[in-house]
Amino acid sequence: MKKFKLSKQAKIDLTGYAFILPNIIGVCLFTLIPMIFSLIISFTDWDYTQGIGNWNFVGIKNFIEMWQDEWFTSSLINTIVFAVGVVPVTVFLALILAVVIDKYCFAKLPIRLALFMPYISNVVAVAIVWVMMYSPWGPFTQLVKALGVENPPQWLGSTTWALPALMLMTVWSGVGYANMIYTSALQGLPGDVYEAADIDGANEITKFFKLTVPFLSPTTFFLIITTFITSFQIFAPIQIMTRGGPGTSTNVLVYYIYTSAFTFYRMGYASAMSWILFIILFGITMFQWYGQKKWVSY
Amino acid sequence: MEKTHGILSDRAKRMCLKIIFTVIVGALAVSMITPFLWMISASMKLPLDVMKLPIEWIPKYFYPDNYKKVWNIGGIAARNYHFGLAYWNSIKVAVINLTGSVLTSTLAGYAFAKIKFRGRNILFLFYLATMMIPSQITLIPKFVMFNKMGLTGTHMTLILPGLITITGTFLMRQYFMQIPDELRESARVDGANEFLIWAKIMVPIAKPNMASLAMVVFLWNWNSYLEPLVFLSDWRLYTIPIALTNFIEESVTEYNLVMAAAASALIPAFVVFLLGQKFLVKGLVAGAVKG
Repeated sequence: MKKFKLSKQAKIDLTGYAFILPNIIGVCLFTLIPMIFSLIISFTDWDYTQGIGNWNFVGIKNFIEMWQDEWFTSSLINTIVFAVGVVPVTVFLALILAVVIDKYCFAKLPIRLALFMPYISNVVAVAIVWVMMYSPWGPFTQLVKALGVENPPQWLGSTTWALPALMLMTVWSGVGYANMIYTSALQGLPGDVYEAADIDGANEITKFFKLTVPFLSPTTFFLIITTFITSFQIFAPIQIMTRGGPGTSTNVLVYYIYTSAFTFYRMGYASAMSWILFIILFGITMFQWYGQKKWVSY
Repeated sequence: MEKTHGILSDRAKRMCLKIIFTVIVGALAVSMITPFLWMISASMKLPLDVMKLPIEWIPKYFYPDNYKKVWNIGGIAARNYHFGLAYWNSIKVAVINLTGSVLTSTLAGYAFAKIKFRGRNILFLFYLATMMIPSQITLIPKFVMFNKMGLTGTHMTLILPGLITITGTFLMRQYFMQIPDELRESARVDGANEFLIWAKIMVPIAKPNMASLAMVVFLWNWNSYLEPLVFLSDWRLYTIPIALTNFIEESVTEYNLVMAAAASALIPAFVVFLLGQKFLVKGLVAGAVKG
């Protein structure tokens, strides 16, 4: 019997597929198939308590109804307010800090490490520490009192202040990461351009706005997008600190998806909402893709 | 502004500026770690001292027994919170997942970068596209799937999806792309097959990158909250974030114990960070360059 022989390219193909096989299986099982399943049930009225398969296709009813659902619309608005507040503050603060630390500071490493610590910290531990920070006897409330405010609000118990309080905490935990990314981008700045600017007598402020900011614009763009995406997916602090309350003041999109699915078992409806989340995030990513060419200057 | 200070030399001016900025930024850095300092301080206090005003940053009475209570050392706790068990669960899941995902990422990253199999580019594009799917979309289907497979309430729900990471594969591919082809060609001439080249040449030179990836994956797993919250139901299998949430619910008023528990949960991440700060930062930065 003649031995079956593979062509050279077929051998290469087989080797390649063997290398990527575990990954492909994983992606198919835990991303691709779930994605298709999620899309299907988003067009059904599936209630988990009715069991798998006990669902009716309702067309785009979920996608229409949600806009009449005040919990959904409020969660969407809260999420947008949250992200729009958190992103610029985090990115701007990180940029200033990165430049100042890089140029004008002693003890760079300890400072950077201190800024970075919140980012790597367990979100549950951080959330519970901040509940204490915001309590009437906590350091944050005491600081505000020391600054002259006589009756500081119950931060997390106030419909006005709960969301800003969560935003402050999110900036605190995210600024170290953005700072780290900026710091590494700063190492790539062309030194000769700065020397030329020095010879022309440019001062530090001019150099910052005319050289540093434009040079860092790709990094800024990247950070704005990623911070926006992570802010849009905020969940754990809400679940631990406020449970969406008081009222609907901190009810955010992912929290509402979570409660719809795992408290009320409205799987179809929750899936539909998760696709809205996807569409928003996808839009932002596309914006990054095309916007980068237009907006980023260097 | 600087030009008006004619009396001082440029160097002295720069020095002054540096000192001023270091003080300002240093103060900010201290305020960043204030929550942690307060946490440690409160975790050493008696319950009532936690709420005492003005805040005693250094407790008058040190009470490290809080930690013993949380960890149930010497049986002094009113009840066993099984914190040690949660620690073990978290470490187990994190270590299995980092081993698995570093291995699968290095394999696939190498193939995507160096092996010219047909359909490679299409597959890689498809791969990148899945990166955009938020985990919230796949959460409900995974929950249903695991239920069907009888895996709900086991660590398999965290381990099976955690054995691969798309970001990790991407990072390793980027790394292998910049390794010159000559290295591979010369080994091929010597008759080594693709797997041998990977194991004997590529893995050794990629070790620092694998370490970076391992640390990032460890942190992801250690801090992961939503998945274990949804998939785990038995307290014996709780990972640290879930055990901590549970602990908080059970002992709301014992702030000193809650703070001791929170501090305990933070330690491994800090240790990993301080030991391998360079690797970790490299991994996170590399992840950011992907664009």
